[in-house]
Amino acid sequence: MVVVGAGAAGVAAAVAAAQRGAQVLLVDEHPVDNDMMAMDVPLYFGQRVQPSVRNRALMMERVVETNPGLGEAYEAGVDVQLGTYVWGAFVNGPTVRELPGPMLGLADDRRSWLVGYDRLIIAAGARDVVLGFPGWERAGAMGAGGAHALLARYRALASKRMVILGSGHLALATAALALEHGVEVAGIVEVGQVLRADIAAVPALRGVPVFTSHTVKEARGKIGEVESVVLVRVGANLEPVASTEPEIVCDSVCLAVGLVPSVELLHLVRARLAFVSARGGWVPQLSDAMETSTPGVFAAGDCTGVLESMLSDPSAAREQGRIAGRAAAESLNGHEAPPLPRASGQVDGPGVHVYWEQWLRSLVAAGGWEVNACQCEEVTRRELVEVKPPRYLKWDSPQMNARSLDTMLRDGPVNQDQIKRLTRAGMGPCQGRRCREQVGLLLAQAAGTSLDRIPLPSFRPPLRPLPLNVLWPADEPAAMREHWVGWFGIPTQFSPHWEAGMAIAEPTAQTPLILSDE
Amino acid sequence: MAQPAGAAVVIIGGGVTGLSSGWWLARSGVDVLVLDKGIVGWEASGRNGGGATHVYSPFGLEEQRLWPQMDELLGYPTEHQPYRIGIALTDTQLALARRSAEIGESRGFRWELLDRQQLKELVPIAGDNAIGGTFLHFGGHANPQRTVQAYAWALQDHGGRILQHTTVTGLTVRGGRVTEVETTGGSIGAETVIVAAGPQTGLFAEMLGVSLPLAPARVEMIATEPLPLLRHGGVAGNGLYGRQTLRGNLIYGGGPHEWINVPDMATPEHPNTPLVRNLSRRLAELLPGAAHLRVIRSWGGVVENTPDGLPVIERLASPDNVVLATMSSVGFGLSPAVGKAISELVLHRRCLFADLSAIALGRFADTPPDWRERAGWIAAGPSAVATTGASRWPSIPARWPIRYRSPTVTRPWSWWERARRA
Repeated sequence: MVVVGAGAAGVAAAVAAAQRGAQVLLVDEHPVDNDMMAMDVPLYFGQRVQPSVRNRALMMERVVETNPGLGEAYEAGVDVQLGTYVWGAFVNGPTVRELPGPMLGLADDRRSWLVGYDRLIIAAGARDVVLGFPGWERAGAMGAGGAHALLARYRALASKRMVILGSGHLALATAALALEHGVEVAGIVEVGQVLRADIAAVPALRGVPVFTSHTVKEARGKIGEVESVVLVRVGANLEPVASTEPEIVCDSVCLAVGLVPSVELLHLVRARLAFVSARGGWVPQLSDAMETSTPGVFAAGDCTGVLESMLSDPSAAREQGRIAGRAAAESLNGHEAPPLPRASGQVDGPGVHVYWEQWLRSLVAAGGWEVNACQCEEVTRRELVEVKPPRYLKWDSPQMNARSLDTMLRDGPVNQDQIKRLTRAGMGPCQGRRCREQVGLLLAQAAGTSLDRIPLPSFRPPLRPLPLNVLWPADEPAAMREHWVGWFGIPTQFSPHWEAGMAIAEPTAQTPLILSDE
Repeated sequence: MAQPAGAAVVIIGGGVTGLSSGWWLARSGVDVLVLDKGIVGWEASGRNGGGATHVYSPFGLEEQRLWPQMDELLGYPTEHQPYRIGIALTDTQLALARRSAEIGESRGFRWELLDRQQLKELVPIAGDNAIGGTFLHFGGHANPQRTVQAYAWALQDHGGRILQHTTVTGLTVRGGRVTEVETTGGSIGAETVIVAAGPQTGLFAEMLGVSLPLAPARVEMIATEPLPLLRHGGVAGNGLYGRQTLRGNLIYGGGPHEWINVPDMATPEHPNTPLVRNLSRRLAELLPGAAHLRVIRSWGGVVENTPDGLPVIERLASPDNVVLATMSSVGFGLSPAVGKAISELVLHRRCLFADLSAIALGRFADTPPDWRERAGWIAAGPSAVATTGASRWPSIPARWPIRYRSPTVTRPWSWWERARRA
């Protein structure tokens, strides 16, 4: 059995399964290497990392030290592999029948390998919701998930003064954590008229400046750095109102507006997903035993839905993990999992997308349409909704100028993957990890629809950007090399069609995927 | 768009072949309607390597003539770039590259043999493992995603119509002609019908009592993060097809492709497999100077092949108002020329610029019904996916040794043997 993710849910699942006799492999990507962090993968680290993250041994120590659950798992006989990326999941289906069984693609900094599983528990957590403003490309713009990891796991956040956007549990917990680690919180900014969580319940936050009915106008600084953030007051319609524009000196702006369940792996194993706004978007449909629609694959923790209550208390995630681990182990032992009470913390509250949309509307009103929606490919909000081809093509034609999202809507509903192909928004090295939600929200808003009506943009392996010479198989079987064909190896296919018998001698493609010499 | 009552020409399949045909017809003032079960160009047409170097085809000369004009003709960018460079790491690879170049030469195109030094000057990320290569002063490549959308938009600009998210469920034949195309949105009248439905083209032929032997397969590609632009992006070899895009990404495919079944009109899934690792290895060998680049994505697509890998572009004798079109897995690059040919089959009943006798459907008259089994082009056995929560899988150790091979099947029948003997 493989458990992906060593957070509260993953550790609980691994321990519960091991206690029932299962042979368990628990993998977690932390500590991720410095290059991956620099790409804001898997979390929005915002370039604010101390040089100590280059010290792998030290980071490994910290990740172990700050996660007592890992020791517990080790004691329970779980094979714990840290610093290990899960970059793919491969299962047979209607059009893939050649795999000997379901398997995961794993990798560390130097090599990749495949591992088979009988049962899989996905506890992949959540990633940051990122909404842009002028200057969000600067080092120092980051997400709450990235900030939490750098503060609590790596102890390597390179920030002294932080402004936090958002005011729910996530934002207040981030503020408290920052203060605890000696980072000054220069302000908590909320676009709404009231704070979303009770700040009085967090005594540490007494005296922290709070800006309600404000949004970000701009993050300023020398080239490439956040040195201050300019706020602007907004009216009930979220448009900026004429008044003073406070400029707050800070070296980081932390987006703590929300989290999105990490469903990449769930998507790859063909688990059925549904859009539940109260849980942060697309989440797996689960049985009472936390089993997905793909038999043998279970899920637990934030990747099954991010709930406010779970942010403040990991016990709900732990309980989900225990249920999943127990059910997975029981099914391996050939037992039907006994009926279990539904994990607590499962009551859906109001949707979160309305709130994210409020933020985005205010940011667009204050920052304009020339702000990048996609950083990797430098696609602005305007270029996105006007469906412009990338600037480097230097294309200009009356036909192209007459096309826009509006003209495309005449031919069919908006599809984020289609817009991506045309504008390149979400097509860069981070593969939309930073822009997926804001691109979706911008498109939904421009198309007069809502995010749940836009099909889930696709996830493909590798789920982590790995170098060719890491992803490659060092032990590629000789047979795979021998029988390799460029296309189908049909002798007549690339020979002059009018000259019989000019076949190019190349082996024919009936070679299956050969994964091992043994 | 509202469901139209009918059109002069109804095209089943909004892939690159159907869209190009529709565009050429719309340019000629014909009332065309393209039907697609999903989004135009969404399947293999928009997911391929983008190669445009097919001079061995009857459409090859027209392909070469048209591509440099396509941006202007369409009014939208295709990212077409001229020239191809072939890199050889072994004598066998060099022989294959030379053979392709010589076919071009036989059709009047220029090429040069490159030694390692010349190759590395043109492609600095090529390595000392290369023994040489070819530079073709012909051929090229384009961006499939942009090109399919360009065809669709240009077709509309000429008055043609596109109906997406509409699946064709049947064809009504009256008096020896297809009179209506039945869809999930209702019946659509047609004077002429073009079937360019990729792997599902054979299913439509079957509805008309015509046998069109096709074997679908699932293929895969990978993409790296961008790299500064090479002088020429059309670089391939080492059993890979692909290119550097104008953004700088390296996108390549190749390798063993899995034969599959496409039993109905539903869009087949096209996930990736661990083959992405082997593709990474071949690419790092092809371009060692890029071995450090990160793979950011992979994708898959479904293509179909005829038994000899050659297209079928045919106006049927009966019903006589139907054109069947499959490019046998090599359709993107040839699309400007093939669309033109199909428009001529509709308008003039024959192709005016090329002799299509080599790709006539009649060549499969003696192909046995079990040809896929004989060729070994069959889908692997029933999927091992369990259908209930109970364990059906054998226990697999972590880091298992994996081995899987399908039985080898010989493929002895007349046309194949002829091709091989000669």
